[in-house]
Amino acid sequence: MSTLHTVNKSPYERSSAATAFAHVLEGDAVLMIEDGVLAARKGGAFAKQLTAAKGVEVYALGPDLEARGIKAGDLVEGVKVVGYDGFVDLAATHTRVCSWL
Amino acid sequence: MKFAVVVNEGPYTHQASDSALNFVRAALEKGHEIFRVFFYHDGVNNGTRYTVPPQDDRNLQRLWSEIGLTKNVDLVVCIAAAQRRGILDANEAKRQGKDGDNIAPGFRISGLGQLIEAGIQADRLVVFGD
Amino acid sequence: MSASEKKKFLYINRKAPYGTIYALESLEVVLIGAAFEQDVALAFLDDGVYQLADGQATSGVGMKNFSKTYRALGDYEVRKLYVEKESLEERGLTLENLMPITYEDENEDYAEKPSIFLVGRAEIANLIAQSDVVLSF
Repeated sequence: MSTLHTVNKSPYERSSAATAFAHVLEGDAVLMIEDGVLAARKGGAFAKQLTAAKGVEVYALGPDLEARGIKAGDLVEGVKVVGYDGFVDLAATHTRVCSWL
Repeated sequence: MKFAVVVNEGPYTHQASDSALNFVRAALEKGHEIFRVFFYHDGVNNGTRYTVPPQDDRNLQRLWSEIGLTKNVDLVVCIAAAQRRGILDANEAKRQGKDGDNIAPGFRISGLGQLIEAGIQADRLVVFGD
Repeated sequence: MSASEKKKFLYINRKAPYGTIYALESLEVVLIGAAFEQDVALAFLDDGVYQLADGQATSGVGMKNFSKTYRALGDYEVRKLYVEKESLEERGLTLENLMPITYEDENEDYAEKPSIFLVGRAEIANLIAQSDVVLSF
């Protein structure tokens, strides 16, 4: 029993990403999509918060990263990249999806 | 798995509709079932057939209509949200005394109960919004 | 699923009322949803705590004041309104700034009981973890 949290807004625009990470539990996963992927860029002010949550896998949606010119090498260490198929798998594997808008 | 998808925003202004569409396609490709796509708030604006987007970009209404018709996916536009925003089918137009309707093919207008039912019947519910 | 198997629905409210329609339209879902007799809880976090603010007066902005609908939730068997403590504190609010929302407990001679539960962030996280369906607006 675990939750897939999705974050679709940039942490620099809105507090949704911060709020999401404040509500995760061990075993949960966080998937950043749309502008939410901006959180995954290394060196950014939000980067530390991504890896702060223990036992939480962090993902970023590949197509959204590519759209915004963010390459695999630009990512915070430990962030896994998935496609829409991976998004579907994550939604199926975890017990529920909680969207932080 | 049976998925229910909720789209809270209209086409183009937010990426929500695109993300939902891509998610639905990926789910269908993997052999999952999409129980219903429910369009709420400005999401109802995905269901008008009068959009004429630029030719060199995706036509979101057409893409949704295609999925609705060819993949037998239930696309439901919330009646309350639709009334606020002017999305009508022929029935509604007649009922409300409007001189036309604009619902796109493959979409149907129905009540909020359809969203709750989707939550009850589906295994997973995913919300795309702002 | 059989009619007796209720699902736990959690409505997450994080936006203030009036600036956007999400507060109003999410409430409309709650009201319609009441007819389906599921296990319903509402969580108010971030600016969503303002949806329950007392003393909302909207004539100046020309918008419908729907705050009294929250007070009627008890009549719709919606009795679990979780307000996040940290969200209130971050905004300089306390429970006293919120509308008194109650329900009548038919198991205790219709005694009036509070529907609002002030909880910490960790409890909200657990609430999410116990829910079957999470609706965000």
